[in-house]
Amino acid sequence: MTATAPIHDAAPDSALFETILELIRRTSTQLPDDVVRAVTAARSQEVEGSNADVALNVIGCNIGLAKESSLPLCQDTGTILFYIHTPVGYDQLQLEEIATEAVRVATKKGYLRQNSVDSITGKNTGDNTGPGSPVFHFHQWREPHVEIKLMLKGGGCENMNAQYSLPHPDLGGRDLKGVENAILDCILQAQGQGCGPGILGVCIGGDRGTGYMFAKEQLLRTLDDTNDDEVLAALEARVVDKANQSGIGPMGFGGKTTLLACKIGKQNRLPASFFVSVAYMCWAYRRRGVEIDAASGTATEWLY
Amino acid sequence: MALVKLTTPIDETTIRSLHVGDTVAITGRLYTGRDAVHHRIHEGTKPPVDLGGQIIYHCGPVMVKEGDQWVCKAAGPTTSSREEPYQHEVIRDYGIRGVIGKGGMGEKTLAACREYGAVYLHAIGGAAQVCAASIKRVDGVDWMDLGSPEAIWHLWVEDFMAIVTMDAHGESLHRNVLKDSKQRLAALKA
Repeated sequence: MTATAPIHDAAPDSALFETILELIRRTSTQLPDDVVRAVTAARSQEVEGSNADVALNVIGCNIGLAKESSLPLCQDTGTILFYIHTPVGYDQLQLEEIATEAVRVATKKGYLRQNSVDSITGKNTGDNTGPGSPVFHFHQWREPHVEIKLMLKGGGCENMNAQYSLPHPDLGGRDLKGVENAILDCILQAQGQGCGPGILGVCIGGDRGTGYMFAKEQLLRTLDDTNDDEVLAALEARVVDKANQSGIGPMGFGGKTTLLACKIGKQNRLPASFFVSVAYMCWAYRRRGVEIDAASGTATEWLY
Repeated sequence: MALVKLTTPIDETTIRSLHVGDTVAITGRLYTGRDAVHHRIHEGTKPPVDLGGQIIYHCGPVMVKEGDQWVCKAAGPTTSSREEPYQHEVIRDYGIRGVIGKGGMGEKTLAACREYGAVYLHAIGGAAQVCAASIKRVDGVDWMDLGSPEAIWHLWVEDFMAIVTMDAHGESLHRNVLKDSKQRLAALKA
């Protein structure tokens, strides 16, 4: 077998490595502007001096402190999820190696916690690598540049994800009402345990695996965007409105802000299946992205 | 509701004077302990430190060794409900007076708080830098074989802020919010 030469030249000390390391640092330490705006707006909804108000105030301070000191916003730096688009013919294997090395170095520098544990022995690899870590979702596209989006999703909120199969005896049938009740059930079950105010990514349809995957991809949308699908846009608004009448509030302390946003997408399903997959994201909604020149590996634009 | 200054170790009378809604500012030693620590203690291994009168912090911090010294880079609370199967016995057997975490705990832990004199203290989840700012020193570590996030870190804190959400009188903010939100969402059902 002969190896195919990569169309770009990138060693571990390359510009591409530095770009990805910087992407990890920014993601772990700086909340995106759309999320900061939503958290700030939430505070004005709460009664001054209430536990909810105190929680949102501390959250606001924390966002500032993390950015100033270039330290992790949350100690649980979560599952490391890379969403990558590359031009046709680009060497994805080498990109994966370089990104993995950047993860190792980011862990050593304290941008990431040692978060990769053998599921049977409990042994921590110490550098965030190992089977299934970090996670890569590669796609090709017909653009000339590389795009990398990174999401760090903590375990506390990941544990609150839920998947429903409709019809359901308490939640309803295979229609919008059933979907809405399923999503609201996820919020009820989560209470404050997912570090609310939360953000939901939802997939209607798909199979059990792709449903969760697509639900998480909805979290790559910005909080202030509007769903192109009018039916889903209306459902998103309804879910947020009802969730915020639940009284769960920030951290589950009680209050008016339970959800900051809900982003819903749909995938086709089998006639026999109807899944509603909900990915619960905490307020520490760490997502960043970068556009990269394919030849040099340098950042051309920072996203979000 | 009051702001109460606590210094560890804490006596039973002080703990029983606290009520849901009080804010506390803790100074002194905190020990981290999360999933693997609780599991190991529950399985019968004695803790490597005297937990009498102490507070256990459900936290897996980001720690970096700078020279010979461990430095805490981030240290917010982790979800406490995972320790629900173990916490009651750990409070009973080792005289813990407080548990810091997030998300609250269940009836079994609430019963231990009432019976043995302990409280659940809620820190702000995700606020790892605000919490870390009150951690002044890392004095030691035990059970590193569990991996850094799961180890028992000995932290020295000054004015570490938390809210009492479960007290020694059988009150739980979490139980109340769950009950109330269940009713409200049932009324909003599509």
